Amino acid sequence: MTTATVTPRRPATESAGFGRLLFAEWTKFVTVRGWVIAMIVSALLTVGIGIWAGAGTHGQPCGEILPNGQTVGGACASPPLGPAGEMVTDSFYFVRQSLPGDGTVTARLTALDGSATPGIAGGTSALQSWAKAGIIIKASLRQGSAYAAMMVTGGHGVRMQYDYTHDTAGLPGGVSAAAPRWLRLVRSGDTLTGYDSADGTHWTLVGTARLPGLTTAVQAGIFVTSPDWVTNENASPTLASGVFDHVTVSGSGPGSQWTGQDFGLGAAYNPLSGGYRQTDGFFTVQGSGDIAPAVRNAAGGSSTADAGITGVFAGLIVALVVGTMFITAEYRRGLIRTTLAAAPRRSQVLAAKAIVIAAVTFAAGLAGSAAAVLLGERMLRGSGRVIFPVGGLTEARVIAGSAALLAIAAVFALALGVIMRHGAGPVTATIALLVVPFFFTGPMAVLQGTAADWLLRVTPAAAFAVQQVLPAYPQVSNTYTAQYGYYPLPPWAGLAVLCAWAAAALGLAGFLLCRRDA
Amino acid sequence: MTRALSAEWAKVRTLPGTGWLLLGVVAVTVAVSAGASAATSCTSSAACHPDITQLSLTGTDLGQAVVAVVAVLAITGEYATGMIRTTLAAMPRRTVMLTAKAAVVTTMALAAGTLAVGGSLLAGRLILPGQGYTPAHGYPALSLADPTVLRAAAGTVLYLALIALLSLGVATAVRDAATAIGIVLGLLYLFPVLGLAVTSPGWHRHLQQIAPMTAGLEIQASTGLSHLPISPWAGLGVLAAWAAAALLAGGLLLRLRDA
Repeated sequence: MTTATVTPRRPATESAGFGRLLFAEWTKFVTVRGWVIAMIVSALLTVGIGIWAGAGTHGQPCGEILPNGQTVGGACASPPLGPAGEMVTDSFYFVRQSLPGDGTVTARLTALDGSATPGIAGGTSALQSWAKAGIIIKASLRQGSAYAAMMVTGGHGVRMQYDYTHDTAGLPGGVSAAAPRWLRLVRSGDTLTGYDSADGTHWTLVGTARLPGLTTAVQAGIFVTSPDWVTNENASPTLASGVFDHVTVSGSGPGSQWTGQDFGLGAAYNPLSGGYRQTDGFFTVQGSGDIAPAVRNAAGGSSTADAGITGVFAGLIVALVVGTMFITAEYRRGLIRTTLAAAPRRSQVLAAKAIVIAAVTFAAGLAGSAAAVLLGERMLRGSGRVIFPVGGLTEARVIAGSAALLAIAAVFALALGVIMRHGAGPVTATIALLVVPFFFTGPMAVLQGTAADWLLRVTPAAAFAVQQVLPAYPQVSNTYTAQYGYYPLPPWAGLAVLCAWAAAALGLAGFLLCRRDA
Repeated sequence: MTRALSAEWAKVRTLPGTGWLLLGVVAVTVAVSAGASAATSCTSSAACHPDITQLSLTGTDLGQAVVAVVAVLAITGEYATGMIRTTLAAMPRRTVMLTAKAAVVTTMALAAGTLAVGGSLLAGRLILPGQGYTPAHGYPALSLADPTVLRAAAGTVLYLALIALLSLGVATAVRDAATAIGIVLGLLYLFPVLGLAVTSPGWHRHLQQIAPMTAGLEIQASTGLSHLPISPWAGLGVLAAWAAAALLAGGLLLRLRDA
């Protein structure tokens, strides 16, 4: 005798059920004409503003903007690019001679001071912390050519720097007649080694630089330069002077003479001119400028290729409104009761809604930001403006990151919509948390320094870091603020902060949705 | 009209949320103002904020968002619950209804704005001297006896009232709270952000002259008046024009559409 076993009918598998939920939510989205139109408008706004931003920069003069608002220089000479392809500043006073092969440059620095800046209204004669005086070996006299240098800085001790972006610390402390600094660079082929010393007998290795493709004959000598004094509103050139003695270049040809040269883009870019005086083996050199990667600040004159990405702000506000309404409209119309009756697993309903709204806003954001960046870039290039070169990968990260920002922000709005069940609160809260912190630290610059940095670390607005294209360099003093496209967090960490907010809100929303009556 | 006013006042007054939101206007404005004042320090001339009147009224930038919520909910709340049909049945003259709503919303914005601005200036007066903004550094204590400070304070209260009217107009036109808030806050915050991308000085200036927020908030400026993109009262006039346009659009749509 056999016992008939009755297998109970299994309910539809969970995954198939979820697929149907997704389809249901997708249907709800695409059948509301206003939401579909809003998504198209979101993408179009992003593009339109991107193009407009590109067009609005037409006719921007180059050169420096002085504190009195006057612009020095007219025609747009393209700033030099360094060996790695980044935009650089290559401007200093150079007392040089030719070094035909291997050799050693040595010098002792006994003073480095700031100088008065004639003709610069509101300028400063204070010594800048990244003013530089030292010895340099440079591949050629072309702007942006490879180099390695040993230097004393205004506030960061002895440094070895090469090829604009590399920086290694040496002896700490300032320089004076009582505490001079000896600097040495040894060239062997394309390898340069830097040493420093406090007494000229005990030398310490600071660093080694390999400059690929260094030609046989290079330029060697001493230099002084002093970077712009940058405040939030303007950037004004400064001047520094250094006193050297015991300057020797071994390995150079006999009878070589020192040549002084104000190396740079000319008076159109920096109205201050340097110079040098040689008496009884003492060199007094005065210079202005910087040997460093170029950065964005109030001096203006240059823009990043992705200026069009600003349009994402408009798309973001639309995404926040639609994300909120995707759930609050159900509460308002009572549809939520039908939804929950049809799909009693409430957390799955929330998950399906989140996936649909994220996918839709990501697609709209991707289309909008890609078109905005590419078209904005075309407009900018057409305007004859100086544009910071941006790598393809960075551009792809900015575009995809902006789309992700939109998608996560929409999920965040959706979660707040579930929590509050009314439309006004979530839209206001998300705009206050996402747009306003950026607004306070960027365009209005009400908050500066650490307060601004913290705001862009802990609020969801940290996600805008995903749009940063230019790196911030510790060896270049600048106003690294959101206003100029610099954020305190790395790109993906910033996006992670927004994710954390969205996840927390989604968790609370799921909890409340399951606990409350609809 | 008196009955319309008292009806609108009764509807707004008896909503428990209204009181909290108005309290929120004051709290947010004063808190952000005090925070901004406390976050600056005037140790060197480069770090000093040039305009402490404007600095101590920073909270307006965020407080206005709550004012917008109050004004938007005054009308969209009726659409959400269907109350609007009762309202229009009782008051068939729709323009009168909208005017009464505008009067009530303006009154609330003026009252909350006065408290918010007063609190912000008081916070600035108490906090700023401790941050180095002393008469010795060329910063006299904030006082309403100073006509410029008085203009900034009164103007900010009017600014908040105009924001309320702008929001009411937009909300009447679109009838949905989330959309209305999105449009109003987009109008307010988007223009300054766009100014970042457009670095050409001429365009930048035009943008500041036409944007409801940047133009309107010039009423808070107390230094460098000759360098402003638009003079304080003219700036407030620009915002008033925006508010008038929004109310006109809202009023027309209200008359032309079924509720």
